[in-house]
Amino acid sequence: MEQFLQQLLNGIAVGGIYALVALGYTMVYGVLKLINFAHGDLFTIGAYLGLTLLVSAGIAGALPLFAAILLVFIMVALFVALIGFLLERTAYRPLRSAGRLSAVVSALGASIFFQNAIMLIYEPRVYVFPDFLRPTFTISLFGFTFPGIRLFIVGVSILLMLLLWAFIQKTRVGTAIQAVAIDQDAARLVGINVNKIISLVFLIGPGLGGIAGLMVGLYYGQIDFTMGWGYGLKAFIAAILGGIGNIPGAMLGGFLLGIIEALAAGYISMAWKDAIAFFVLIVILIVRPTGILGERTAEKL
Amino acid sequence: MAFLTLSNLSVCYGNVEVLHGINLSVEEGEIVTILGSNGAGKSTTLLTISGLLSPRSGNIFFNGKDLTAMPSHEIVGLGIAQSPEGRRVFSTLTVLNNLRLGAYSVTNRQKSQKTIEWIYELFPRLYERRNQLAGTLSGGEQQMLAIGRALMAEPRLLLLDEPSLGLAPLLVSSIFSTIRAVNKKGVTVLLVEQNANAALKLAKRGYVLETGRVVLEDTAERLLSNPSVREAYLGG
Repeated sequence: MEQFLQQLLNGIAVGGIYALVALGYTMVYGVLKLINFAHGDLFTIGAYLGLTLLVSAGIAGALPLFAAILLVFIMVALFVALIGFLLERTAYRPLRSAGRLSAVVSALGASIFFQNAIMLIYEPRVYVFPDFLRPTFTISLFGFTFPGIRLFIVGVSILLMLLLWAFIQKTRVGTAIQAVAIDQDAARLVGINVNKIISLVFLIGPGLGGIAGLMVGLYYGQIDFTMGWGYGLKAFIAAILGGIGNIPGAMLGGFLLGIIEALAAGYISMAWKDAIAFFVLIVILIVRPTGILGERTAEKL
Repeated sequence: MAFLTLSNLSVCYGNVEVLHGINLSVEEGEIVTILGSNGAGKSTTLLTISGLLSPRSGNIFFNGKDLTAMPSHEIVGLGIAQSPEGRRVFSTLTVLNNLRLGAYSVTNRQKSQKTIEWIYELFPRLYERRNQLAGTLSGGEQQMLAIGRALMAEPRLLLLDEPSLGLAPLLVSSIFSTIRAVNKKGVTVLLVEQNANAALKLAKRGYVLETGRVVLEDTAERLLSNPSVREAYLGG
C-alpha cells in the first residue's frame, strides 16, 4: 500500500508536469493546427533560467526559500512566455499562408536553434540544482509520509490548470480562444482579432511550459540542454492520448501517462517504463484514434 | 457615394480570378439581393466585403471609409456583420456563448444583454436551447443562431449568405419575415440567395451575377418580371 501510494503520487507529480507541457502543444495545435516542435526547448529554457535566477542572480539567497521560488516561477513564466511570443512572430507568422509543412520545418529549425543556443550560452554539461534549493520537508497524510516537493508540484500544476480552465471557460477572451480553435474564419466574422488570440496562446503555452521545466529541475535536481526532447515527446504523447487540440484532454492525458509510467516503473521494470508508455499510446490510438477526449469528426452539414 | 460601394472589384483564389471588376452599391436602409447560380461569385463578394478575402484590384467603401485593406475585425467594428454560407456556428460552444461571441466587437455589455433579449424574441427557439451546444441544433436552428450571432454585433449592414439553404418551406418564410423585421429596425441588408423568388419579394433591388460579372441590376419588381431572370432563376 505504501509503495502504491508513493508511486501514485510520483505519477501524479510527473503527470502534472507532462500535462502543463501538453497544454502548450494542444493549445497551439488548436488555433494553428501546428505541432510546435520547439515547445520542449522552451521548457528547457524555463529550467535553465530558473536555476540562473535562483543561484547566479542570487534570488534564493536574498529571500526566504519559498518566496524566492514563487518569485522565480513568475519571472520564468513571463520570460518564457515572451520567448514563445517572439517565436510565433518570427518563425510561424511569416509562414501562415504557406503550406502547413513549411511551418513544421520552421518549428524543427526553431527547436534546433534553441537547443544549441542553450548549449552555447551555458555549457554542454549537466547542471545540478544545489540541495538547499530543493525542499526537503515531508508531509504526513493518511498515516503515510510524502516528500513535500512532490505535493508541491502536484499542487502547483493543478492550481495552474484550474486557473487556465476558468480563464478558457469563463472569460470573453477565453471563449474567443475556443472560437478560433473551432473555426478561424467564423471567428474573424464575429470581430475577433485572430492574430492577437494566436499571440496570446503563444504566451500562455510557453509560460506554463517554462514553469514545468523549472519544476523538473527542482524535483530531480539536475537538468541538461537536451532534456526538452524527452519531456517534449512525452508531453506530446500525453496531448495525443487525451485528444490533440482538446484542453481537458491534455490534462487527462498528462496525468494518465505519468501514473502509468510510475506504476510501470514501480511494479514492472524501471527500464521498461518508456516502452510501456509508448505501448499504451499505440493501444489507445488503435482503439480510439482521436484520443480519449478527442472529437469524432462527424459534423452536421 | 452610397452606403456600401463596390467599385471595379476583382478577387482571386490563388491565380484564378473569380470576380472580374464588379460594381455594386447599397443605400442605407435598403434590402438588396444578389442572385446567381453556383460559382457565380456571390459568396466571394460577401467574404471580400467582410475582409476574409482581399481584392486583387478595385475598392470597397462603407459609409465613406475604405475597407479594401482593412482586417476583418475592424470591419466588424465599423458595423458590418455576416451570417456566412454554411452557417459556421461554433459547434462545441453553447448557443449563449455563440451569441456572446457575436458581440465580441461591442464594448457596451448592457446593450449586448438587450440585444440578446431581442434575438430571443426574434427566435424563441434559441432561448429554449440557449444552454445547448450549437452543434446539436437542427439546421434551421443553426441558421437562426448564425443570423442571431451576426445581429449581436449590432450591425448597420447585415450580410446574409443563403439563409434559406436546406430549410423547410415554413422555416424559410419565417426567416424571411425576420429579415424584414430586422430591416425595419434600420439595419441595411445585403442578401445572397438561391431562392430568387423569395429574395426578390423581400428586396428593393437586385443584382444578377454570372461567372464573376454583374450581368443585370434593376429593381426587384422588374427583375421578377424579366423573362431571362424568370427562366434562369425562377423556374420559368
